[in-house]
Amino acid sequence: MGVKIMSEMFAAGESPEILFWVGCAGSFDQRVQRITKSFAEILNKVGVSFAILGSEEACTGDPARRAGNEFVFQMLAYQNIQTLNNYNIKKIVTTCPHCFNTLKNEYSALGGNYEVSHHSTFLQELIDAGKIKIKEGGSMKGKKITFHDSCYLGRANNIYEAPRKVLEALDADLVEMKSCRSNGLCCGAGGAQMFKEDEPGDKRINVARAEEAIATGASTVAAACPFCMIMWEDGVKQKNAEAQIELKDIAELIAERMS
Amino acid sequence: MIQQILFVFLAAVAIYFFTKKVMSIRRNILLGKDEKLNDNPNLRWKNMMLFALGQKKMFKNSLVAVLHFFVYAGFIIINIEILEIFLDGILGTHRLFLPILGTRLYSILISCFEILAVLVIVGCAVFLTRRNITKVNRFTKPELKGFPFRDANIILITEIVLMTLFLTMNACDFIFSLDYKLDNYQHFDGGVVSFYVASFVLLPFKFNNETLEVIERTCWWFHIAGIFAFLNYLPYSKHLHIILAFPNSFFARLNPVGQMENMVSIQKEVVLSFQPERASEFPADEASMKFGAKDVKDLSWKSLMDAYSCSECGRCTAACPANQTGKKLSPRKIMMDTRDRLEEVGNNIDKHGMDFTDNKTLLGDYVSVEELRACTTCNACVEQCPILISPLNIILELRRSLVMEDSNVPNEWAMMFGNMENNQAPWKFSNEDRANWIKS
Repeated sequence: MGVKIMSEMFAAGESPEILFWVGCAGSFDQRVQRITKSFAEILNKVGVSFAILGSEEACTGDPARRAGNEFVFQMLAYQNIQTLNNYNIKKIVTTCPHCFNTLKNEYSALGGNYEVSHHSTFLQELIDAGKIKIKEGGSMKGKKITFHDSCYLGRANNIYEAPRKVLEALDADLVEMKSCRSNGLCCGAGGAQMFKEDEPGDKRINVARAEEAIATGASTVAAACPFCMIMWEDGVKQKNAEAQIELKDIAELIAERMS
Repeated sequence: MIQQILFVFLAAVAIYFFTKKVMSIRRNILLGKDEKLNDNPNLRWKNMMLFALGQKKMFKNSLVAVLHFFVYAGFIIINIEILEIFLDGILGTHRLFLPILGTRLYSILISCFEILAVLVIVGCAVFLTRRNITKVNRFTKPELKGFPFRDANIILITEIVLMTLFLTMNACDFIFSLDYKLDNYQHFDGGVVSFYVASFVLLPFKFNNETLEVIERTCWWFHIAGIFAFLNYLPYSKHLHIILAFPNSFFARLNPVGQMENMVSIQKEVVLSFQPERASEFPADEASMKFGAKDVKDLSWKSLMDAYSCSECGRCTAACPANQTGKKLSPRKIMMDTRDRLEEVGNNIDKHGMDFTDNKTLLGDYVSVEELRACTTCNACVEQCPILISPLNIILELRRSLVMEDSNVPNEWAMMFGNMENNQAPWKFSNEDRANWIKS
């Protein structure tokens, strides 16, 4: 689909405007791959020159660091920073708030200094600049949509408005869940929880969150994080609400409707 | 004269014991690891003004915020009146500031204090109701059972009693001042004072002047003795937040909350294994390298100050996704455990000297593995805390010790670590397949 690999570009003596950091979920999880493709499609359509690292990309180390394993984190961070610095990467955009947080806030202490943006901010800027236009009949007017704040985008990095502005471009009826923005309820994936069972309790966190979305009566839940997406898919399934609620990343919503 | 001697003695004892306890708390906080938190003083002053003085985060719930602000403003402003009471006690005078400020100004000031005192009583009454009758959810969690629950009630009841004593004391003087011409109360030769609020307290009763004087003196003594007692209760109570909220918000970490502290010792090990020539970039090894925190001394001094500053309000716990879904984790309990353990370590030092170990640790004896494992690092607790405490920092440091010192890892995480080491991803996919999505 016209996506260039950094090593090949480098060998040809070219350098991209931005590096698209795909992330592990974006590369391997079948559901999240659709988000990755949507974002790549948008980049291609608006004519942003970009590349991905492909097999040279490694996990940023976020889940290991937060689980308590600093060794694994440092190894992966070292490897990634070597790769990024060798290619003289300056600008990175990623669809994953966890990757975003680690690349932006944690790699600088290890010698990796980049201008990192999350795709929500990036898309908002493209919309503001008039580079993304919604096609005729692409409006979501009259449809109720709610946005789920990712912890690593919102509280961790104070990005609440950008994804909402992206959704505003679709003209949908944006409703908020009981807990939103800085009070947003986690999807349950952060801190490496995604990779293990919940500790004993009354219910799963993603189920509690799905209940909040169902209460809004929204037909679409928009997310901006691949981990959230995976947790949401499961939470909505547990509540038997798949028919009633459509789960989409903001990139998918835009890609489906841009001219 | 006897009253003066008694007062000075009482004041000296109260201040001595308070200072002693404050010094021991200071020492305990400094048992923590060094962390540099004095950059960007302008922003730090601003944070202190906004979060400690202005109580910005309290205003997420405006009714509670306003009531809390009354109690707090009452506490601060009525302290000006305490200055007079204190000087009266030492000098043997009565309402020293009255002749200095003039009857009119003095009356206005005291009346303002009295309005605040009434608001404090209202606030405390509502707070007592929330804790004991309507039982707001965050006040009924298991970690509040026993002393913490009593502690809150003791504070609220004490404040109501102190304010009532203050108003009654003023009421007596008001009635005396009505009679000033009779010259039966030598202090009131300045005319009628108008204590608007307190005047309602005793007017309906017909007391003779001797009885009024007994009531006035009793209230005066109980009020100031109560304040001395409260001062000494403070450092053992959650109420210490009225003082520590200020330095705690001043020294709050300024980094984005999603950023974890780098472990230079491990960075060094990893970098040097690939590039031994970079050795000069890193500090020399410390004698004993410990990963994360097993006990309070392994935490940053800021985390220890956090623990002493915590008012156990439980906003963190109410917002915690793990706690909301019935898991054992409660960020407030993490703070309370840290303070309890630190007090224990401090007491051990007082009794047995610096090198004593009781073979107990914060991790294990206070905070369980199950609690630590439930955290999603979502920062909801950090976001909620009105005085910028980070329970998450403690949780993450304890997790580091659990994983790197004790190799205590659930199976799923062990697999995840293995995958990350071998395949550079938390799942078992080959890294060669990373770009396969391009083809489909």
